[in-house]
Amino acid sequence: MTAAGPGMDRDNTGIDRENQARWLIRGVTIPGDGELGSRATDILLGGGSIAAVGAGLAHAGARVLDADGLIALPGLVDLHTHLREPGREDAETVETGTAAAALGGYTAVHAMANTDPAADTAGVVEQVWRLGRTAGHCDVQPVGAVTVGLAGARLAELGTMADSAARVRVFSDDGRCVSDPLLMRRALEYVKAFDGVIAQHAQDPRLTEGAQLNEGEMSARLGLAGWPAVAEEAIIARDCLLAAHVGSALHVCHVSTAGSAEIIRWAKSKGWSVTAEVTPHHLLLTDEIAAGYDPVFKVNPPLRTEADVAELRRALADGTIDCVATDHAPHPVEAKETEWAEAAFGMTGLETALRVVHRAMVDTGLLDWAGVADRMSVRPARIGRLTGQGAPLAVGGPANLTLYDPAAPAEAVTRAGASKSRNTPFAGMELPGRVVATFLRGVPTVLDGKLA
Amino acid sequence: MKRHLISAADLSRADALLILDTAEELASLADRPIKKLPTLRGRTVVNLFYEDSTRTRISFEAAAKRLSADVINFSAKGSSVAKGESLKDTALTLEAMGADAVVIRHGASGAAHRLAGWVRGSVLNAGDGTHEHPTQALLDAFTIRRRLKGSGTPGTSSTSGARGAGLDGLRVTIVGDVLHSRVARSNVLLLSTLGAQVTLAAPPTLLPLAVGSWPCAVSYDLDSELPKSDVVMMLRVQQERMTAAYFPSVREYSRRYGLDAARMARLPEHAIVMHPGPMNRGVEIAAEVADSVRSTIVEQVANGVTTRMAVLYLLLGGTEFPAVAR
Repeated sequence: MTAAGPGMDRDNTGIDRENQARWLIRGVTIPGDGELGSRATDILLGGGSIAAVGAGLAHAGARVLDADGLIALPGLVDLHTHLREPGREDAETVETGTAAAALGGYTAVHAMANTDPAADTAGVVEQVWRLGRTAGHCDVQPVGAVTVGLAGARLAELGTMADSAARVRVFSDDGRCVSDPLLMRRALEYVKAFDGVIAQHAQDPRLTEGAQLNEGEMSARLGLAGWPAVAEEAIIARDCLLAAHVGSALHVCHVSTAGSAEIIRWAKSKGWSVTAEVTPHHLLLTDEIAAGYDPVFKVNPPLRTEADVAELRRALADGTIDCVATDHAPHPVEAKETEWAEAAFGMTGLETALRVVHRAMVDTGLLDWAGVADRMSVRPARIGRLTGQGAPLAVGGPANLTLYDPAAPAEAVTRAGASKSRNTPFAGMELPGRVVATFLRGVPTVLDGKLA
Repeated sequence: MKRHLISAADLSRADALLILDTAEELASLADRPIKKLPTLRGRTVVNLFYEDSTRTRISFEAAAKRLSADVINFSAKGSSVAKGESLKDTALTLEAMGADAVVIRHGASGAAHRLAGWVRGSVLNAGDGTHEHPTQALLDAFTIRRRLKGSGTPGTSSTSGARGAGLDGLRVTIVGDVLHSRVARSNVLLLSTLGAQVTLAAPPTLLPLAVGSWPCAVSYDLDSELPKSDVVMMLRVQQERMTAAYFPSVREYSRRYGLDAARMARLPEHAIVMHPGPMNRGVEIAAEVADSVRSTIVEQVANGVTTRMAVLYLLLGGTEFPAVAR
């Protein structure tokens, strides 16, 4: 296998690029600063990279895609995906999860470590990485567990996972919090040796025993055990201080409260290496939607209040929160068709993320499309230490891109999709926009909104 | 009225009064040698109890039987998951049996709500987790009205003076573990709908943080509330709260929030003492209080059957009053 283009250190698809068709994307708009970047242009893809950008391009033999009215974004990168394989192939597989990712405009996803067995050894992360290469719908970058079996007791072999073929850089016990402050300190310290980052699921376990829903008016009314904001914020504050103390990199998963955003803003103002993500659902939904006890709205961290949503949007807009990450968490039907307390936590999100961000951030005037490219591709790729992803659309760059129709009329979200699971909280909601095509190193994974 | 009774918030003042007035009509039945009406003949009521609750189950069973309904008791000990069958599958089974009404008691908040989405019959919430227990609130309101708004005296059924009346102006103090109490949630909603002024008296750890949004007042000091209370409702302190740092010790809880004879003496002459049962004598209520003439605890049990008859009748039988001889 050969490297597919400049900056590529790895080719996950295994496709022979020499004999690949070239693609000429006509009349597309590349969002960017200044007038020039916002004008319609043509993009020629070849050999896995962007061969040319400019008006009136022509290339004999190239396949032409009429992209009039579409915008081109660098292929989206998800820092937080649950692909469920190995172990829960009834909920999702690498194949179905990456297909869902491609349909959502993603060219790379980070596969979370809470599989069965957990991704806490080089063997498991390499297995997931190889499954991603075989599936080919997008790059799969495994996340390694911080502790053995995500049990929070002793460190997993972080260095071995870093040195493995999967080249793990992001480590997380996601689903569980590394709550032991000493263990967290050591993990942060240890990964400095290979430019790693600890992605923390911030949830104080004692403050959230049996917790079901954001502690507030809704939890009081519904009689569901409250999940206080402070359980998240206290851990984030502690971890920011620990990261500063040992001079390491902390990434905060799925920030859900206004207070968390405030703490992260403060940590950044100190110049500490702290990054954060927010999920699409925390940008759009509030705990009010739990009134009917439908566990499709049960998620960890829980949906919060209107005030939290407003502050999360602001924080994403001003860069306090670096990126949008889906926390795509597929579950089989029976895990959700149950009493609230019995149901599994989690929502799918890959196929709807960009449309939700369109509604929550672009329609509200908080972000322009260049901002969306930054928050959904450039910054998550940087945080994930991915070299061939999240690059601006420029000549010589990798041909990873998403073509999106921002003018597509709002359509109701359907449950059916490429994901094996149906637990989308957005079903029936009208969302704007449409992902038209996704290219992974010059090869279409999605064309006309369908898997290519 | 709606098809289901899941939350006391589902009831308008007119709905609640219709239920209480219907219960008054039905109460006269209790004094007759034959306590049965043919109203629900041929209708099937399923008692689906996931929690042990002999008192509530028997109350619903008696209510349904006195209206001549066929009663099926479906007792599922432990959680549905532990039993291997999901609540949804159980619901579909009941649906296939042709249940006209399902009375559900479940340990999970929202279980009745979920069930209502899966069956065609009426769903009556007989207590769901720490959410609500609306028929308990109805029987409590019925008891309060009979004692404090009616012309009758306890033990007699000539309380027609209470018919049509709400609980306007009455001051009700609910004491204890509000945070985990479905009885408290339903009572706050229903009693305030009926015009009562409700005050919750509890240590701050046993009140929801957002209690300020509820239609009631809040106090941490029981003693200051007692002289202005027409009704004191004592809530049960669950065993599992006693060791989870909600309060330092059972003794201290009793000292600060238990109703003993000395505290009872601070109540106005006419005030009544209620408890949904089962009681922890010596913890939230002293034996001499529970057994005093102010106590309505036994009446509450009797009124429970009558009130539940009224609810079953109205949900299943139609909106006309039953032909009860007056």
